[in-house]
Amino acid sequence: MGEAAHRYEETLPLEYRTQESRLNILGFWIFLGAEVALFATLFATYLVLFQRTGSGPTAGELFEVKDVLIETLLLLTSSFTCGLAIFEMRRGRMSGLIAWLLVTLLLGAGFITFEIREFIHYVHEGATMQTSAFLSSFFVLVGTHGAHVSVGIGWMILIIIQLLQRGLTAKTARKVFIVSLYWHFLDVVWIFIFTLVYLLGMVI
Amino acid sequence: MKWSEFFVTGEPLIYAADVAIVLTMVGIVFVLTYFKKWKWLWNEWLTTVDHKKIGVMYIICAVLMLFRGGVDALLMRAQLTAPNMKFLDAQHYNEIFTTHGTIMILFMAMPFIIGLMNIVVPLQIGARDVAFPYLNALSFWLFFFGALLFNISFVIGGSPDAGWTAYFPLAGNEFSHGVGNNYYAVALQISGIGTLMTGINFLVTILKMRAPGMTLMRMPMFTWTILITCVLIIFAFPVLTVALALMTFDRLFDTQFFTMANGGMSMLWANLFWIWGHPEVYIVILPAFGIFSEVVSTFAGKRLFGYKAMVGSIVGIAFLSFIVWVHHFFTMGAGPAVNSAFSITTMAIAIPTGVKIFNWLFTLRKGKIRFTTAMLWSLAFIPNFVIGGVTGVMLAMAAADYQYHNSYFLIAHFHYVLIAGTVFACFAGLHYWYPKMFGHILNERLGKWTFWLFMIGFNICFFPMYFLGLMGMTRRMYTYSDGLGWTPLNVVATVGAVLMGIGFIVLCYNIYYSARYGERDMTGDPWNGRTLEWATASPPVHYNFPVTPVVEDLDAYWVMKKKYGGFHVKEEDLKPIHMPSNSGRPFWMSVAFFVAGFGLVFKWFALAIVGALFIVLGLILRSFEDDDGYYIPVDEIKRMERAARKGA
Amino acid sequence: MKRARWRAVLVLPFLFLLGGCVERTAVLNPQGPVARMQYDLIMWSVGFMLFIIVVVFTLFAVFLIRYREKPENAGYEPPDEEGNTLLEVVWTAIPILIVAALAVPTVKATFALEKPPTEKVKPITIHVTAANWKWIFSYPEENIETVNYVHIPAGVPVKFKLTSVGPMNSFWVPELGGQKYAMDGMETELILQADKPGSYMGRSANFSGEKFAHMEFEVVAQTGTDFRKWVNEVKQTAPKLDEKKYTQILKPGIVGRMTFSNTHLEWIDHAKQNSHHGNDHSMKNENQSDEAMTESHHHGE
Ligand code: HEM
Ligand SMILES: [Cu+2]
Ligand SMILES: [Cu+2]
Repeated sequence: MGEAAHRYEETLPLEYRTQESRLNILGFWIFLGAEVALFATLFATYLVLFQRTGSGPTAGELFEVKDVLIETLLLLTSSFTCGLAIFEMRRGRMSGLIAWLLVTLLLGAGFITFEIREFIHYVHEGATMQTSAFLSSFFVLVGTHGAHVSVGIGWMILIIIQLLQRGLTAKTARKVFIVSLYWHFLDVVWIFIFTLVYLLGMVI
Repeated sequence: MKWSEFFVTGEPLIYAADVAIVLTMVGIVFVLTYFKKWKWLWNEWLTTVDHKKIGVMYIICAVLMLFRGGVDALLMRAQLTAPNMKFLDAQHYNEIFTTHGTIMILFMAMPFIIGLMNIVVPLQIGARDVAFPYLNALSFWLFFFGALLFNISFVIGGSPDAGWTAYFPLAGNEFSHGVGNNYYAVALQISGIGTLMTGINFLVTILKMRAPGMTLMRMPMFTWTILITCVLIIFAFPVLTVALALMTFDRLFDTQFFTMANGGMSMLWANLFWIWGHPEVYIVILPAFGIFSEVVSTFAGKRLFGYKAMVGSIVGIAFLSFIVWVHHFFTMGAGPAVNSAFSITTMAIAIPTGVKIFNWLFTLRKGKIRFTTAMLWSLAFIPNFVIGGVTGVMLAMAAADYQYHNSYFLIAHFHYVLIAGTVFACFAGLHYWYPKMFGHILNERLGKWTFWLFMIGFNICFFPMYFLGLMGMTRRMYTYSDGLGWTPLNVVATVGAVLMGIGFIVLCYNIYYSARYGERDMTGDPWNGRTLEWATASPPVHYNFPVTPVVEDLDAYWVMKKKYGGFHVKEEDLKPIHMPSNSGRPFWMSVAFFVAGFGLVFKWFALAIVGALFIVLGLILRSFEDDDGYYIPVDEIKRMERAARKGA
Repeated sequence: MKRARWRAVLVLPFLFLLGGCVERTAVLNPQGPVARMQYDLIMWSVGFMLFIIVVVFTLFAVFLIRYREKPENAGYEPPDEEGNTLLEVVWTAIPILIVAALAVPTVKATFALEKPPTEKVKPITIHVTAANWKWIFSYPEENIETVNYVHIPAGVPVKFKLTSVGPMNSFWVPELGGQKYAMDGMETELILQADKPGSYMGRSANFSGEKFAHMEFEVVAQTGTDFRKWVNEVKQTAPKLDEKKYTQILKPGIVGRMTFSNTHLEWIDHAKQNSHHGNDHSMKNENQSDEAMTESHHHGE
């Protein structure tokens, strides 16, 4: 690679400095495009089915406002702390980066805990995945999101270990950046779940 | 599932298949051991990340699947030759048309196309590999084990029997008790994930890894079609992923998505299926258009006529392909307004398609047409596909479609587009790029025999079906009664099918014959080609290009030949080349997918969890991997280049 | 060599048509106003399609013959032309015109098919229930029911209200008109009409499981008086249908023709959403026999 190109690369943020990283990041954006299509399909399914409650409860009868609000708060905050982690990374501060990643991760775990609680609660009320088309689509949509968050938590743990082992390199920086994209994406999906599933369900 | 039902029994055909499978496996193990080839198999193939080898493996699988799907087809034709035939019983026939359709579209057409694109696209854009070679290997092995899982349903547990469209509630627990449709849901899911990753991989490759000077509007047409196809894959396949996941939930965990009770909605399945399904048919036809463009332009000795219009029309077709899905069920009673709207969007697809047809025709005009085998397939495509296309427009007219829908008229239509489009393209591409894969040319004489047998057989087989449809014969009937007047045309169709089968046998013989006696391609450019793949040796060295070529115009290699007499590499320009390392992980992770999938099919959840744990383990190992590939030193490159150019 | 293809493509259909298939070509032999409307639309489109085929095939043949490589043109270098905007406009515009010429009558016909072909005669209604693997016809006004055959008065629009007790089927009588799906828990409507008395074959066009190929039925069109006579005869002579008998009919399998002097609509209408509720759907157990399955399936509430 030419001298000029090298100098140009030096001006880029750490995560963009190698060709491989740039390919990976673009690839991940495109993957998120596919994820958009995936969640769009799940939302469409939910919207088609959510009034088809059979002999089971309706959305309005079922949803637990309090749990949902707590979940929302936890996840939105975690998106913010994830942003702070990237901010620290750009400033080259390892400790800040790891600290904020840990906070993010804990908030994510909190979100999952409340979500599981919420689900258990519904199941105790007799509202299971098998009860009605509405509940099938509800559990699968919200559960898919929850599964994504869980994967994100595991992934972040792997990256934190690698940061500790290898320090902040072009490669680890790229990994942090990509996992942060993923995390923000899940946050956006949650906002849609919150409005289209919970708010809509409680209004109608 | 009872143990006594684990192996499919009671049919001589199935026992024969059992024996054949066992014998083949024993044979393979014996040959590999006898010739001490296990290591070679592992190092050169199972762990490879080289796009060319992956492409070859895709094509080998596709040809095998063409054989399986073809045998299914011949069995069906045999059963339908005469009224009230007792050759296959109803259940067996239903399984066969289901596996035929699913295999032909997902495990034959798609992988054939993906194989060709693996081999050709990096070469055409002057790249050394794809953007994510490791992921590419994973894609292939997921496809492979998905296909394997689907195929073993024939002997273990029972095949799916609800059609390749798997409409509910027929494919649900209410009416389908065995594991057949579990196979469908899980196997398609596994290979579908592989396809999605291929789409992402090639999109990044084409966007980011083109040789300097190759702007988007200087890309070869085939690469353009792959670019658009990738976009289709990325937006369509997640829909399939979800649809299959919901199907799996319904079947394994008794959810109520598509059931008859508790609010389930079977029409939702039909919608989801076709929202993926219609783009899917364009996923297999757009690359075919690309192949025809390359072949026609090469053998007419002319630049592709109306390149910009060609690009514009594929973009248009791709866009429209997402807003036409309802034409697959006009008869569901969605109301005249909805049907009219989807009628019009569907018919609109004919406009960009027509533009393409005329541009191909005008590429021929003033050319100097060489009738090679690849060119014959491409030329035959034009009239045959037009027949498929115009009958497609007839089907698009909702009010008229009520009379064609689900009849043999529809069968004839989609075979005219899928065979004359995709399959002809696969054969054209196979003959055209064969030297790039194996270093020798497929025998032209045998190639032409295949062509005429298959092409004539195809018309004899499928043209009568338009009329059978108009006579009221519906698709998926395992038999029909006497006195309906359908017999003569059915006999004719079977004759045509046999001719196609013979054509396929000649092709297989050709592959064997050419490997032994075929003409070696020493030049790397046997057809006087126009695009960059012909600037490499045949077969290319594994890093493809010793130095990255510089592109000055469309048909980059043609320009090089005109201006500089070819693609010349000065030894002093050589630099060490970075290449990715092989990895066995894509292979064993896909095995884990297979195991997990098998567990799901039989609801053996412990097994499924074991498989899933290995998948997670693979992901973790990948995350921690610190292998950044290796460099090929300059001396090594010099040595390899001299060897390749001498014609090894 | 090319000629072989021409023969295959062009000559075969004429052979078939001349071979006397026409009167058996159901779709091309319309016997009522609905089928005729569709027939006219089909013929209108066939004209355009033949035009397209002729244009493309002619250009194709001419270019192949004129521009093939031959000894005389060994030194010929094809020119490098990029394209031609005027031509592109032409071959975009003509297809647009053709599509428009097809779209207008298509839309008109698609709307027209939802209404009875004639206003002058009051339509009759027949409920059609598809079950594995038979067709059940219920006449709510006449209060009779038939299986695997149906009588209709000629010259009178018939509203078929379609539903299914299981897999999706498609109700198709090609000589009287196009098909429509019959789906569980749903009702779709198909209007057909026969010009004159006669017998027309119908079948299911949508795959619905093992014996789907046997889902044939006969449509017998009669004059108004004959039809009345038939109805009265059925009312007087046919046995009554009860729930037990009905459940038996619904069992997966093939049955012959049957006639009853009342209808199953008295106790169940499968077109109603969730006409069978979840709790009696205890067919999760794989070992359950088909028989038990249908039993639980159709007890309804
Ligand atoms: C001019 C372009 C085309 C038009 C207007 C068109 C139109 C249609 C319509 C309206 C149907 C549904 C008919 C029915 O179910 O009653 C259909 C079915 C189908 N088409 Fe096309 N089509 C076109 C090109 C293609 C191409 C390029 C392919 C694939 C390479 C294709 C593959 C299929 C398949 C597989 C089906 C049937 C699927 C099934 O029901 O199993 N079509 N087409
Ligand atoms: Cu389609
Ligand atoms: Cu039911």
